[in-house]
Amino acid sequence: MVMFWVTLLAISILLYVLLDGVDLGVGLLFGLARGETRRSAMLNAVAPIWDGNETWLVVTAVILWGAFPVVYATLLSAFYLPLIIMLMGLILRGVAFEFRYKTQRMRWIWDLSFAGGSLIATFVQGLTVGVLVEGLQVTNGQYSGGAVGWLTPFAVLCGIGLCLGYALLGACWLAKKCEAEVRDVAHRQIPVLALGVLAFLVVVFAYALAENLPILHRWIERPYLFVFPAIGAVAAIVLALSILRHNDHWPFYTVALIFLSAFGTLALSFWPYMIPFVITLDEAAAPQSSLAFMFWGCGLIVFPLMLLYTIISYSVFRGKVRATAGHY
Amino acid sequence: MDMTALLLSRIQFAFTITFHIIFPSFTIGLAAWLTVLEALSFATGRPVYRVIFEFWLKIFGVAFGMGVVSGIVMAFQFGTNWSVLSKMTGPIQGPLLMYETFWAFMLEASFFGVLIFGRSRVPPWFYLFSTTMVALGTTFSAFFIMVNNSWMQVPTGYVLENGVFAPDDWTRILFNSVVWSRFPHMLLASYLTGAFCVAATGAWYILRKAYHAESRIMLRMGLGLAAVLMPIQLFYGHLNGIYVNTYQPSKMAAIEGRWNDEKPGSEVLLAWPDVEHRRNLFAITLPPPFGSLIDSDSLTAAETGLNSIPPQNWPPVVIPFFAFRIMVGCGLLMLGLAWLGSYLSYKHRLAYNRPLLWLTFFSFPLPFIAIITGWFTAEVGRQPWVVFGVLRTADAMTPFLTTSQAMISLAIFCSVYAFIFLFGTYYIYRLIRTGPARKPFEIPHLVVPNRPMSLADELIEEPSHAGAGE
Repeated sequence: MVMFWVTLLAISILLYVLLDGVDLGVGLLFGLARGETRRSAMLNAVAPIWDGNETWLVVTAVILWGAFPVVYATLLSAFYLPLIIMLMGLILRGVAFEFRYKTQRMRWIWDLSFAGGSLIATFVQGLTVGVLVEGLQVTNGQYSGGAVGWLTPFAVLCGIGLCLGYALLGACWLAKKCEAEVRDVAHRQIPVLALGVLAFLVVVFAYALAENLPILHRWIERPYLFVFPAIGAVAAIVLALSILRHNDHWPFYTVALIFLSAFGTLALSFWPYMIPFVITLDEAAAPQSSLAFMFWGCGLIVFPLMLLYTIISYSVFRGKVRATAGHY
Repeated sequence: MDMTALLLSRIQFAFTITFHIIFPSFTIGLAAWLTVLEALSFATGRPVYRVIFEFWLKIFGVAFGMGVVSGIVMAFQFGTNWSVLSKMTGPIQGPLLMYETFWAFMLEASFFGVLIFGRSRVPPWFYLFSTTMVALGTTFSAFFIMVNNSWMQVPTGYVLENGVFAPDDWTRILFNSVVWSRFPHMLLASYLTGAFCVAATGAWYILRKAYHAESRIMLRMGLGLAAVLMPIQLFYGHLNGIYVNTYQPSKMAAIEGRWNDEKPGSEVLLAWPDVEHRRNLFAITLPPPFGSLIDSDSLTAAETGLNSIPPQNWPPVVIPFFAFRIMVGCGLLMLGLAWLGSYLSYKHRLAYNRPLLWLTFFSFPLPFIAIITGWFTAEVGRQPWVVFGVLRTADAMTPFLTTSQAMISLAIFCSVYAFIFLFGTYYIYRLIRTGPARKPFEIPHLVVPNRPMSLADELIEEPSHAGAGE
């Protein structure tokens, strides 16, 4: 039963990162784009999906609370300010989607909150991963890092890294969904961002070596973990080839695969810990009666239906978005 | 323990949940109203019901979107500010909120898509079915939230293991007797909210001499529904009083402003509770046995006063005392308005009675005020406990939360919420002012089920010259 909920949690987090990563990334690139035609085409490429994408964040939160309450309580309270700032970023960019079309004069406010909100939310998510990799400071089962314990150079680096990563994902999505200028710009951005992500990975690895992070030892103990980076490397090569050929679709799939391999790498190097070296899965799991109650009423049928619903929404929305399509 | 951080956290929770409840209570009522309209349209085939349906569907979309956005914060706030609570009660509250999220996602999101896209693609009976499913989805959400909150009011079906509330009997948690007086109370409150908003809109159009047929249907149906539901609501309110008196004597004593044990009890109608001297100033009181009659359905029952409860277990007396009276006051006003309006409507005189139309128009805040003050009564009255009788609010907070952190987060919440709330409310106002569209309904470009607000996409540029717009 614990394994069942770990699996659902992993699927939800992965879906969130991949799906919302796309529209957060588009939000980041939106801040760089000039001109209403381009901006509106970029928004149209994510407008129908962003809300559904963010649902997976809520799903992640409730699975965490219901199935692993200790982790929910520890993480959310440790990341107090960054988390609340992230939520506000998500809210601002969410309503910006809707409100920017209601006004001409104040549109710049909503454009600013869309790009700014995306930037804040992405940065905080990267920061969180960075802190977890470095090791959350916990004493007697309680976070003891202080109000800004999450603000370390490594965590900031990871925040920047995720901004590059989501922007890459977003650019690949735009190349896939758009036409004309937006697509051409995306094609120019993809190699720059891909190199940026590569540089980030090198720096992170060097930093981890230099600081002798405990997580690195897991890699020496478990050589089979290198399968995931290998998948990532292969995907990166395919990505490079598809960039050279100006393919519209392959960059997206390969970048998604790189994200998948990064997620797998992190998840398995944490295993069996949920918060590295503090709380294991079994310690964190809710009592059997809670897990079973959720299994029958939510996990068994409703969760697969939610996955199905997501697949249907995406397939309805397949194909290129017309560049001329206005929002109104 | 930082007492200022505790106070700020409580204010923050109260602020965000108060903001949030406005939208679900409205949308639960509207979803039911949409179902009724669609059923009438299905049964009678009259186009006017279709026009009204499509008008309110747009407003439902905006309110639903605001509810979703403000609800996301609630899913995180238990963990950020109340980490001890979420760790201890996670095995019970977590699964209940998971049911709420998963089932709502399944029913609301998928069938809302049909409401937007499906008019020309699915048979009419399936469209009606989808409307019903959206309404059912909002009802399920309300149910699980009420089960969750009822467990905090009257905890049951658990064992304390290693400092954690482990569920040992889910049927007792789900079928907690308290749920079955509180859930209908909330549901009826939502229906009344919908009814009064619809009636007020109808009254506004009549006053403006606009939308002749639609306005009269809205006014008549809104007031008529309220006239029927209001007495039932008062009955369920009474049942809630009985549960409070049975399980939470401290809350009851605060609501009633009752200081001493009385047998049988008297009933304080209005007063200013002077907590320091443990007495009521300027009290208007009904003699015994009215207190026992109201609180215990009995002429002789003994009623507990605050003096026989240790002061460290008292709620802040003044807030539940007045919040309760405001709620009941709003309820009685709504009852009077609904009955008088329905009587005049039956006599075909309502549409010419301008004072009553104005009153109906201005009545739309009443159900919202009643819901918010009702929740204040329930939640502040539960203090100093977060899980009644078992876990104190002060012990439930994140232990290392500092005043400055709580201050910053509260400031952020207030400013962001004020910003989006003003814009969202303004937008709903514009939609209502514009009124139902007479032309055939067109699906706006790029509308999708996952974006409820997109249904109402159109430029509502503020008029560039003062005076334009009507």
